[in-house]
Amino acid sequence: MSGRARAAVGFAVVAASLLTVGLGQSWAVSLAVLNLCLISAVMALGVNIQWGYAGLFNVGTMAFAALGGLAAVLVSQPPVPAALAAGGAKLLLATAITCLTLGLVWVACRGLPRGRLRAFGVTAVAVTGYFATRTFFDPAVKAIEAVNPAASGYLGGLGLPIILSWAVGGLFAAGAAYVIGRIALGLRADYFAIATLGISEIVIAVLKNEDWLARGVKNVTGLDRPVPYEIDLQRAAWFQELVRSLNVGTLSALPEAEHAAMLRELVIEAAGIFVKLCYAGLFTLVLLVILLLSERALRSPWGRMMRAIRDNETAAEALGKDVFHRHMQVFVIGSAVVGVAGAMLVTLDGQFTPNSYNPLRFTFLIWVMVIIGGSGNNLGAVLGGFIVWLSWIEAEPLSLWVIEVLTSAMTPDDPVRMHLVEAAAHVRQILMGLILLLVMRFSPRGVVPETVRY
Amino acid sequence: MSYLIGENMHGGYGGADVLRGCTISVDKGEIAVIVGPNGAGKSTAMMALFGMVRLHHGEVRLGGRVITGLKPQDRVRRGMAFVPQTGNIFTTLTVRENLEMGAFLRPDDISGGMEQVFGLFPVLKQKQRQPAGELSGGQRQQVAIGRALMTQPDVLMLDEPTAGVSPIVMDELFDRILQIRQAGTAILMVEQNARQALAVADRGFVMVTGENRFTDSGQAVLANPEVRRSFLGG
Amino acid sequence: MPVDLVNALVLLANFVVVPAIAYGSQIALGALGVTLVYGILRFANFSHGDLMAFGTMVVILATWQLQSRGVSLGLLPTALLALPAGAAATIIVSLAADRTVFRFYRLKRSAPMVMSIASVGVMFVLNGVVRIIIGPDDRSFSDGARYLINAREFRSLTGLEEGLSVRVSQALTVAVAVVAVSALFWFLQRTRAGKAMRAYSDNEDLALLSGVEPDRVVRMTWIIAASLAATAGTLYGLDKSFQPFTYLQLLLPMFAAAIVGGIGQPLGAIAGGFLVAFSEIALTYPYRKFLRYLLPEELHPDGLAQLLSTDYKLSVSFVILVVVLLWRPTGLFRGRIA
Repeated sequence: MSGRARAAVGFAVVAASLLTVGLGQSWAVSLAVLNLCLISAVMALGVNIQWGYAGLFNVGTMAFAALGGLAAVLVSQPPVPAALAAGGAKLLLATAITCLTLGLVWVACRGLPRGRLRAFGVTAVAVTGYFATRTFFDPAVKAIEAVNPAASGYLGGLGLPIILSWAVGGLFAAGAAYVIGRIALGLRADYFAIATLGISEIVIAVLKNEDWLARGVKNVTGLDRPVPYEIDLQRAAWFQELVRSLNVGTLSALPEAEHAAMLRELVIEAAGIFVKLCYAGLFTLVLLVILLLSERALRSPWGRMMRAIRDNETAAEALGKDVFHRHMQVFVIGSAVVGVAGAMLVTLDGQFTPNSYNPLRFTFLIWVMVIIGGSGNNLGAVLGGFIVWLSWIEAEPLSLWVIEVLTSAMTPDDPVRMHLVEAAAHVRQILMGLILLLVMRFSPRGVVPETVRY
Repeated sequence: MSYLIGENMHGGYGGADVLRGCTISVDKGEIAVIVGPNGAGKSTAMMALFGMVRLHHGEVRLGGRVITGLKPQDRVRRGMAFVPQTGNIFTTLTVRENLEMGAFLRPDDISGGMEQVFGLFPVLKQKQRQPAGELSGGQRQQVAIGRALMTQPDVLMLDEPTAGVSPIVMDELFDRILQIRQAGTAILMVEQNARQALAVADRGFVMVTGENRFTDSGQAVLANPEVRRSFLGG
Repeated sequence: MPVDLVNALVLLANFVVVPAIAYGSQIALGALGVTLVYGILRFANFSHGDLMAFGTMVVILATWQLQSRGVSLGLLPTALLALPAGAAATIIVSLAADRTVFRFYRLKRSAPMVMSIASVGVMFVLNGVVRIIIGPDDRSFSDGARYLINAREFRSLTGLEEGLSVRVSQALTVAVAVVAVSALFWFLQRTRAGKAMRAYSDNEDLALLSGVEPDRVVRMTWIIAASLAATAGTLYGLDKSFQPFTYLQLLLPMFAAAIVGGIGQPLGAIAGGFLVAFSEIALTYPYRKFLRYLLPEELHPDGLAQLLSTDYKLSVSFVILVVVLLWRPTGLFRGRIA
């Protein structure tokens, strides 16, 4: 079967599963899964750009997704003027001192001769800078966090439409990737992987800990939306009319007296679905744009060069290709894509919760998507995102169902049965691991293999 | 009938054959040297004899028995030893441990073999507790050869043993190799320093593009005007 | 010596030195496993943290069994008796993982990256297994005496203001670590199989030429790495508490220790473990009280005098990792380069 045919079959299977979920569970659940599938697909595209195009083993995806999420907060939340007044100036000063210190360290590294003098100079500058920064930073943080801590206690954002944050999230992630790349891209591949794993933990630690930035583990909830609110839709006359016209059959079958109640119920349900469809539309648009751009990049001379570097770094270097800078490019671009997806995710959730970021879900699961979909193939990565998210999310109800069928003979309070029911939540880890291992072993190029075009 | 013979060998690393019908042989108490231009397949021929290159035609016999299908480890058990050109010592292990690893396959007491190697290379005895990676180039070669000798092999195969060592050390190494021959070991080596090697060789093989071009005693090959002109630079 | 200085030093010993020695031993034991697998099988094993969690889980289950039968070790934790069971189970699991997953790629001579990604698969499976069997929650399994040296007794004994306490779990950690490491070094330096392992790690091709059986070396590596993982996990669990996800987070300090020490260098892994542990604890310890003992009153710090918030613990190992790698790419003890 050709790659395209396999992709078509794969997407058909995904669509059928979503339909089954829609008919079996509910359309709201089905659409919720679809939306997360779309976001996962974007993340998988980002990782595929790094791993599939260039062979970069980046295990820090989580950080870039979280930075995207941070952008959603900083762009959309209203500013907190009191906090700005209380600590803004000092914070700015602290930032300036940090920049100055970094600049001086850089100058010292460049300017001083190698040896004890340089080591001493750099250390002295860094230590002085650190304490100087802390002098302004600590009171600033204290002041900011003291402003109405229950509701804000942070600087707030720019109060702009949240949809802008998708682009800003990409920029945040790209900026972070650039800095990280400068430090870590020179390392050999497996050290690079471990370094990115470390950086992602640091980024999450910052987000959890720096309350002045985005409230840390106190979370930011009730974020702005790019789509209408259910409650507004339910009140809107045009929406009620729309639902009525769509459900003429259902309504006419009922006695007149029940019409109003039924309609209200239908409107409430339809509003939820409508909102999810709006999100789905936006996400699909983003996914298609990124997919198209990725495909064009992959087929361009640039993509060809990336593959050449991936397949034989030494030879490419010998041919005069600047491997470091090419790697930097893909690292930044791929991370930006993950950042966009991260912002989309927080937008969808309507809240930013640093505690929810864990490497299993936000790094390694994305990796499973790329490997299963077919590394190097964009369509494959998208398909992988869909398949893996679907199985990840549906594994629990499915295994619960299986367990209930298997243990139907036992009494409901049988300890074995209770333990098994509790265990159902964790079957998905095993399932993911097994899928990954089986695909790697028996179909190492993934569901939709890379089509090599040189 | 030679003790070790690779007859009419064809093979390579996949793709085009590197060896295209070459025959190499050596007997106990003899030195055989393979010379030839770069890319002629000298090292490949040696590795084929040791089972590190697949042959699809021809056979290798040791002491009259066909060993073509044996793994390198099994050839070590049958009395062959090989010193690769690079990566021929364990750099993080001490000199003594390197020698012990050489005798890994021998369950019996190895102190005799160890003394023999120390007798041949006295400097190794002094440095036996040092990590082999800290030694000089010539001493590393001694460790490499010593490691191979620990199995007390009937056949010792050396891939460019004098590559990258100074002329004085080279002379010294040749002396030791002659000493090993005297003990009745068959020695097969690939050498860049063709003149010096052929001068002590009992057999000389000149290989070109995977085939034997000349096969004769070392002296005769050295004296052959065509060989001198084409391969020894006049 | 002035009393204030003694008090300050005791304070430091109590809150930095003792905990760091215990934590360092745990990291070192884990890092030893990582570095052995890295040196022999040539890949970064991302499932090592979950392997530790698995071993600890088996130890906990066995401990509960023993406790319910009234078996105990008196002052020492019962888990010590259960440790062999945990080690055995971990060995079986890792050998099974090798047989079903890693061997395939080893024989194909796949790139290290591929094996690392495969280890992510193993990580997922182990993670799920542990969560299914014992659940994701905190499990306590320590028993026996709590303190070897009690802070109150120490104070009344010495008359100092500051107390020094050493928990049994901390002392036990160090004792077990010393025994395990000595046994490992004896094995690597003195036995035939140990030398074969070192030779294989040093120069695979030459080891094969010397007649070393790769399958035996690999099996031995897993056996050692798995026993160390179970031991390290159990000691960590006794010292802190057992929660499956914390073991995934131990991966980073262990990798850092192994790489900083030089890949394939057991001594380096130990040094790296202690370096990481001491840095983590020393940088996140609030020095406020310590400075109050030493400084004249007008210089007393207002804040906690903490260099780094405790939440940034994990970043310390990372910074050490990067700094060492940039400054000396082969690690402190000059590990394998390729």
